[in-house]
Amino acid sequence: MEFFVTLIQVLDSTIRLATPLLLACLAGLYSERAGIFDIGLEGKMLMAAFFSAAVAAVTGSVWLGLLAGIGASLILSALHGVASITFRGNQLISGVAINFLASGLTVLIAQSWFQQGGRTPSLFGGGRFEPINFPFADALSGVPIIGPIYSELLSGHSILVYVAFLMVPATWWILYRTRFGLRLRAVGENPAAVDTAGVSVVGLRFAAVAICGVLCGIAGAYLATALQAGFVKEMTAGRGFIALAALIFAKWRPWHAMWACLLFGLLQAVALRFQNIDLGGVVIPVQVMDALPYILTVVILAGFVGKAIPPRAGGEPYVKER
Amino acid sequence: MDKMPKWADVILIPLISLILAAILSALVILAIGENPVEAVNLMVTGALGSTYGWGYTLYYATNFMFTGLAVAVAFHARMFNIGGEGQAMLGGLGVAMVCLYIDWPHWSIALLAACVGSALFGAMWAAIPAYLQAKRGSHIVITTIMFNFIAAAFLNYMLVNVMRPQGSQDPATARFPETVHLPTFQSMFSTAENALFRGAPANISFFVALLACVVVWALIWRTRLGYEIRAYGHSETGAVYAGISPVRITIIAMLISGALAGMMAINNVMGEAERLVLNSTEGAGFIGIAVALMGRSHPFGVFLAALLFGFLYQGGAELALWTSIPRELIVVIQALVILFTGALDNMVRMPLEKLFLSLRKGAQ
Repeated sequence: MEFFVTLIQVLDSTIRLATPLLLACLAGLYSERAGIFDIGLEGKMLMAAFFSAAVAAVTGSVWLGLLAGIGASLILSALHGVASITFRGNQLISGVAINFLASGLTVLIAQSWFQQGGRTPSLFGGGRFEPINFPFADALSGVPIIGPIYSELLSGHSILVYVAFLMVPATWWILYRTRFGLRLRAVGENPAAVDTAGVSVVGLRFAAVAICGVLCGIAGAYLATALQAGFVKEMTAGRGFIALAALIFAKWRPWHAMWACLLFGLLQAVALRFQNIDLGGVVIPVQVMDALPYILTVVILAGFVGKAIPPRAGGEPYVKER
Repeated sequence: MDKMPKWADVILIPLISLILAAILSALVILAIGENPVEAVNLMVTGALGSTYGWGYTLYYATNFMFTGLAVAVAFHARMFNIGGEGQAMLGGLGVAMVCLYIDWPHWSIALLAACVGSALFGAMWAAIPAYLQAKRGSHIVITTIMFNFIAAAFLNYMLVNVMRPQGSQDPATARFPETVHLPTFQSMFSTAENALFRGAPANISFFVALLACVVVWALIWRTRLGYEIRAYGHSETGAVYAGISPVRITIIAMLISGALAGMMAINNVMGEAERLVLNSTEGAGFIGIAVALMGRSHPFGVFLAALLFGFLYQGGAELALWTSIPRELIVVIQALVILFTGALDNMVRMPLEKLFLSLRKGAQ
């Protein structure tokens, strides 16, 4: 029974830790499916985390904070779009620049705004996303097995967690069942064909980059206003890159992205709860758990376990023939 | 026909990009309520106003020369090595092993061995992404990013579980023995009555970095291998037609790149800290990207850009000391330089090309 309680707690923490990964991963999915590589997910999340926490702290409203976070992330997305679509620059270099821009600007602005060493004041009350309790969650918690699963694992998360997981079927539907989705996928594989059909490549790519910005904004806001209570320096801690790893692991598909993010979330949850894991004499150091998402991604990329093939036009600026 | 004269491409475009980055940085300083002119004054006196300041500026520049050259060599083969940070971490491990586990009679022999050790470890860390790019087509950018994180976890493991001396809480190795301490600028240039570079970490590795610039220049422009690297970077199909093996060039270019990034460790680990600590690289691997972009992947350009970033780093530290501007200002400036010289290159280039074309038409 003790094992079961621990299991529920670890899985509960898995869901909370997988949420920012999932949002950022889906963000990257839209962008990369449209042929715009985005290694700036980390920076956009960080910027959104700061502005959502700052605005929530100043106004006391977490919803205004969320809007501010999305807005900040969208501005960086626009920068990425202008650099890589309008000026046909190198998408990877632009992503690197955005990560550094966010990493520096957040601390700079936080210091001059709040003078607390690069953090925002702690959020409380209306400044945070509160957990949502499902009906009868308390009443059912005593029921064996099903009770804890319902009341602890499924119920009691903030609304953004449910938004993130609902985004998975929504993304699947948009990509595979709508005209916009078909065009989005086509522009990542063969932009010339889309152009010939009379659809704007530039417009589609900007739309994809904007969706990416909105989702990264929600991911950042979740980090600062739901998972934790306020912004601290470098609080994304590589999550943007784990999301990128999950995206490759999922081979750019929405449902697989969810499972990959849950897996990486589980690794983080286990690393948080247990330090070194003793498996009958063989001790797995905590650093192995930290590195596992990256190692798994390299293995997948190497094509030893099913090959990950990115969208064909990814990373290539589109030049209309004249 | 070239659209622009060569000097415009090599000097004018980086200069305009730099000015744009400087203007935006000044606006950022204004926006947080400080005076940009005073800030620049403070930075100049702090970084260049004394031999102490120069000692720090040149120390940072040494790091950036190594990582900048690393990125530049990979750029010549049209590869983007973001893994300099991880390769430099592993280089540190190589230096620590050479210095701790072998008895050296004199620092000069130890320095040679440390160069070899750090280069080997750095190259080893670049070898796997290089092999995967060459043989399996896995994108080098993604694999090198992943290898940065794996390197951080690996170093953490080595320092906490393996190399930490008994009874120490600090995740770091023991101090290196006295015999392998490198001569600092202070001991090299000070005279009895006139102390120069007092307390500054600049050391003999600076000259190793200068030598590396010359060697890389000779390698890229004066050897057959360098020609093959450039040819491959220019056009893969052309290179294949000329009998150059893409697999070989990809792997060799990345090994050289990783070795250069790893060699940074002789400066920060052997020369300054004199032991291996966590996060000894302090992001220098990433600054190499900005340095290589600004230096147009030419060793001399890398040298100048490394000096500039060394100045920015030391100046930024002085700013953080005397004003309320945090050190992160340098990260913003670094981001702006990468943005303008790298991603927004066409924004500067296209109007200039138009200008030169119309000038040329006017002259005819």
